[in-house]
Amino acid sequence: MSGEAVVRLDRVSKSFDGRRVLDGVSFEVGRGRAFCLLGRSGTGKSVTLKHIVGLVRPDSGHVFVEGHDVPSLGRRELSAVRRRIGFLFQAAALFDSISVGENVAFPLRRHTALSGVEIRERAMARLADVGLEGEYDKMPGALSGGMRKRAGLARAMVLDPAVLLVDEPSAGLDPMTSEEIDRLLIERKERDKVTLVVVTHNIPSARAIGDELAVLHDGRIIARGTAGELERSEHEMVRVFMRSQAGG
Amino acid sequence: MFDQLGGSTARLFASIGEVSLFTARAVRDAIRPPYELEEVTRQLYEVGWRSAPLIATAGFSVGVVLSMHTRASLERFGAESLIPAGLGIAVVSETGPLIAALLLAGRVGAGIGAEVSAMKVTEQIEALEAVAVDAFRYLAVTRVVACILALPLLTILMDFSAIAGGFLAETLVSGMSFRLYLDRAFSLIGFEDLVPATLKTAVFGLIIGSVSSYLGFNAEEGTEGVGRASTRAVVLTSILIILANVLLVRLIFFFFPQGAA
Repeated sequence: MSGEAVVRLDRVSKSFDGRRVLDGVSFEVGRGRAFCLLGRSGTGKSVTLKHIVGLVRPDSGHVFVEGHDVPSLGRRELSAVRRRIGFLFQAAALFDSISVGENVAFPLRRHTALSGVEIRERAMARLADVGLEGEYDKMPGALSGGMRKRAGLARAMVLDPAVLLVDEPSAGLDPMTSEEIDRLLIERKERDKVTLVVVTHNIPSARAIGDELAVLHDGRIIARGTAGELERSEHEMVRVFMRSQAGG
Repeated sequence: MFDQLGGSTARLFASIGEVSLFTARAVRDAIRPPYELEEVTRQLYEVGWRSAPLIATAGFSVGVVLSMHTRASLERFGAESLIPAGLGIAVVSETGPLIAALLLAGRVGAGIGAEVSAMKVTEQIEALEAVAVDAFRYLAVTRVVACILALPLLTILMDFSAIAGGFLAETLVSGMSFRLYLDRAFSLIGFEDLVPATLKTAVFGLIIGSVSSYLGFNAEEGTEGVGRASTRAVVLTSILIILANVLLVRLIFFFFPQGAA
């Protein structure tokens, strides 16, 4: 890891209805680095992401973003930290009562003093970045899954966040669209030095994006390292998991 | 069996407590800045303006029907001249506010329950929070405020539509002029009849906005959860409106005894 830790989880545990979902999870990600969290469905990957943005509070442990202990923040401080974080949800979570362009413009309207014209221009530019410049006035329901995800990425990036959290970038997408999303994420990391925390169970996608990979199993990180290191892991489950989609 | 009954009762009281806390928080946040004026305006349009055709049509029909029923009763005593006054006082003091509230519970309560619960199951509420927006303030408080402001205005629309409907029914039978009808319709209506009865609908608006939003925010996962939240919103708000009406009428009679006379 290079430089200071922008995101750091320290022994985070969380249970829902008596079921332990995270059990002492710790990791840190430096500025401009990409950390991919792998694991089977239902192992707590998305819950980990939600801890980082303060949507879920840990039962124990700490979550730091740029040095701020997220669970201990008040509403105002948390809001300031959230403005430094972009979150691409698994199904994009576009607001379906407003147009695609207004979805992207929404954070700008809420958190900047830009004029209406400037906001539209910036939202349009972000949509152009993800190849959706002609879709500004369309409603989210009129977009395909891949387009929704790209629009979600444009919204997540519009405030130029320091940290980008991405939940299953490949879920439900064809391989070509999936590669396109991966390329956009890598571009953000390399060009803008955005710190990425990506949750996925798509191994090729994790190889392409991640500087470091970790495997979450039964609420614990059982292995972490580069893709090559995980393939040689002493943990059989990790090796099987890494091989399971090696070709795909 | 007693265990089951005890468990159900405990859950019922827990739910009542949660709804009460939710409503109290909505009222507190509605008073305290920052205000979501743009979203309140949008909700006022959705709740108020878009409900106006339904309320006006229903009011007109209620006026026609009430007029026909009143005529059938009063004709026996040769008291047809009292028809406009009887209809006016009935509509303004009770029928208008209650029907307007129940119609709004059906149209808006179901809408809020479905919309907010759909936002919950598709992670849109979390997405709002993730972009540093207070989802409770943005979604619940704005809808509660819109319902509180819109319902008294819709009730006035309901009252006037019913009186217009009553006039149509009356003039077709007796040929009564509009001016005379209005004079008679408002002859028995005083401040203590009109204002408290209209303002009490703000409480009905609070019930519709807060209970529907609560059910939306607490919907179970999946499309089934959305449907359930929507149905429960209509049923629960309708029941609560009818129960609250009993209390509010008692209160109005207590503070304005001349209205009961």
